[in-house]
Amino acid sequence: MSLFARTGLDEHNRRVEWLVKTLFLLMTVLLIIPVALIMGILIQRGAPVLSWGFLTEVPTNGMTAGGIFTALIGTVWIVAVALLASVPIGVAAAVYLSEYAPDNWLTRAINLAIINLAGVPSIVHALFGLGAFVVFFGFGRSILAASLTLAVMTLPIVIVATRESLQAVPHAFREACWNMGATRWQTIRRVVLPNSISGILTGVILEVSRTAGETAPIMFTGAAAFLPFLPQGVLDQTMAMSLHLYVVSTQVPDVPDALPFGVALVLISMVLVMNATSIAFRIYLRNKRKW
Amino acid sequence: MADIAIETRDLNLWYGTFQALFDVNIQVKKGMITSLIGPSGCGKSTLLRTVNRVNERLGYVRTTGSVDVLGQDAFGEDVELARLRKEVGMVFQRPNPLPLSIRDNVLFSHRIHRGNAKASKSDEDVLLEDALRQVLLWDDVKDRLNQNATSLSLEEQQKLCIARLLPVKPSVLLMDEPTSALDPKATAALEELIWSFRGSYTILIVTHNMAQARRASEDCAFMLLGKMMEVAPTADLFLSPQLPETADYIEGRYG
Repeated sequence: MSLFARTGLDEHNRRVEWLVKTLFLLMTVLLIIPVALIMGILIQRGAPVLSWGFLTEVPTNGMTAGGIFTALIGTVWIVAVALLASVPIGVAAAVYLSEYAPDNWLTRAINLAIINLAGVPSIVHALFGLGAFVVFFGFGRSILAASLTLAVMTLPIVIVATRESLQAVPHAFREACWNMGATRWQTIRRVVLPNSISGILTGVILEVSRTAGETAPIMFTGAAAFLPFLPQGVLDQTMAMSLHLYVVSTQVPDVPDALPFGVALVLISMVLVMNATSIAFRIYLRNKRKW
Repeated sequence: MADIAIETRDLNLWYGTFQALFDVNIQVKKGMITSLIGPSGCGKSTLLRTVNRVNERLGYVRTTGSVDVLGQDAFGEDVELARLRKEVGMVFQRPNPLPLSIRDNVLFSHRIHRGNAKASKSDEDVLLEDALRQVLLWDDVKDRLNQNATSLSLEEQQKLCIARLLPVKPSVLLMDEPTSALDPKATAALEELIWSFRGSYTILIVTHNMAQARRASEDCAFMLLGKMMEVAPTADLFLSPQLPETADYIEGRYG
């Protein structure tokens, strides 16, 4: 009998180990099933309506025929303007909170407010956007109002993701910089930000997906159910993919069965393409990282 | 060969495509303190980590040759890692007490290894006191056993890290530069402690400190670029090294 041979206790431990590992694997599989089902059903039922024309034509016949061009471009507008508003604000705020803010009650209150902002239901954001941007600031129902509403809603995502990736940069790097006489900004600019950019991008990816998919906040603030033309500027109303999906699924009679699935498939593909691009960029940046 | 605790034969090790050990042969005598010296990157730590097989967790490690621990093939088919590591404890460069009380740290391995068997509080108290006495820590901490171990000084933490190996009665202790995070006074205390383990445990200790190897080991092995250059009783190795490389290194002329 060897000194290192398996004992009864080891047998027991192995069984527990196997059980736990299998259980966790099952949970992971469980997590993948809905994703696979959604994609599978969307492709199976939505693919038949997909064509070049579907992407490049405006909806016709009371939205029961034609394409989704205006909604597609509208969503691009809304996402782009929302990102332009929220990324600079979110990243700057996160840098301030992580690198400059003293640890006092005010900072803690701000952090608490950010967490709470993330918990506000999207319909409440919609009403806030209606009151603040549409009425009070007088933007009317427009891309600007809709995007700003979405920006407010997604700010916590950017701030939290950015702050966490900033904090993941070892403190020793900052001390090294300061001890060579670098200012806080020089340290942030040359060491902290370059090493946390991949984490920040992750936050932005999440935000893009969320922005492209939200319906409630833009319904009251700038998205129209049907417009036969493209927006000419940020003060125009526009169609949007998410609202269009809602409308063709529930509001319009005699829509061909495959149409809503096609719209959903394009919406998901848009998000996936944007995500894939960012992930590729992130991998590129991470490979450049030196530690 | 009952008096040999660890024996490697033609041990080669690769990290991916990088070969870190070349045909390493060494016999570590039972109950003795053997020091491993050599420049950084020469494979000392790798050799140490091969004895209790912690290197394997890195998936890209490949070994050939053999390592016998207490006369048994450590890479044998029926070897259970838990048994091997119970027998072969390891102390790291930076003290790494678990974020638990002093008491729970010392009894951790015992609780892991006793399974569902019941142990009374008084049994545990005996083990706890015995382990802490062996590392000369008992008198300092006996009144604060429930305090968090991370609040101890570095020296005390490192002693605790040794103490927590003892309740499961290991035969071999591997130490990877155990004093390099400590000040000279703490280093001296640790060396004294390790020296007192002579005869009770087989100790293989990696050190960059030539004086430490001289003071606190009985056998000394010199490694260079993944090869075992010279193994000899410490006094002999330092007084009359057989190889010019060994002489250069111990006199600080290497590199």
